[in-house]
Amino acid sequence: MNLAEGVQIVSFGILATMVIVAALGVVLLSNIVYSAFLLGGVFISIAGLYILLNADFVAAAQVLIYVGAVNVLILFAIMLVNKRQEFAPMARRWIRNLATGLVCVGLFVLLGAMVLSQRWAIATGVTPVVNSVQEIAKHFFSDFLLPFELASVLLLMAMIGAIILARRDILPDLRESQEAALTLPERPRELAALGGDESIN
Amino acid sequence: MLQLQYFLLLGAALFCIGIYGLISSRNAVRVLMSVELMLNAVNLNLMGFSNFLDPQNIKGQVFTVFVITVAAAEAAVGLAIILAIYRNRETIDMEQFNLLRW
Repeated sequence: MNLAEGVQIVSFGILATMVIVAALGVVLLSNIVYSAFLLGGVFISIAGLYILLNADFVAAAQVLIYVGAVNVLILFAIMLVNKRQEFAPMARRWIRNLATGLVCVGLFVLLGAMVLSQRWAIATGVTPVVNSVQEIAKHFFSDFLLPFELASVLLLMAMIGAIILARRDILPDLRESQEAALTLPERPRELAALGGDESIN
Repeated sequence: MLQLQYFLLLGAALFCIGIYGLISSRNAVRVLMSVELMLNAVNLNLMGFSNFLDPQNIKGQVFTVFVITVAAAEAAVGLAIILAIYRNRETIDMEQFNLLRW
């Protein structure tokens, strides 16, 4: 990456601002559809930061996997569980939010102090690799071969597990019922035995 | 010139925002989104270390690819679990998922 230093600084500032603002929007906005689209903005901005860090392959993988797969999956989940419900108000909820905010700010101060006080062993005078795809491929097929294969097995397990967890049990003999023309015939749902929160507490 | 500390501070801020969303949000899908934010913060740290401390053999980028893989699997399984819970309990309020609480 042979951009001038001013260009690098300015693009880092723009991308960092976009990341922080969009992440705050993901957490704080009340409409969850806006949150999902802002999450896509966070992912794309982080891909831009990866390009600033001389990592073109990982930036492309970030856009493909996060924006193309994970974000679309989250949007589909929002559409499937789209229930406009007002959450029941809870007593003393603001105390919990305030305590969480204090803990998060304290953690950020702690991490920032550690980052700024540590003397990092920056590699100076070493040119970064030109073709990062070849370098990553060499690692994948020599010293990271076992984790690479395990990752493929993990993806297969996650795919089968997600299908089994999320499928419905279709009853084929109820297919001709008239009143449920627009819904899939489904085995009657076994509601959880212990019911809501008022039954035990 | 860009410094390593800028990226580390940005990753720390993103991680803290993710923790706040993870604890304080009541929508189950938003909890999963906060987990994705935290994973991205860690990825940003790994990429910064890979570029500034180890630019010759870029092992941080290899780690980042593995983290992206595991995050995709986690998102798929987590959203499937949320769908199953929604079919059983008719809600996605985190405060009402208390069957295993006590």
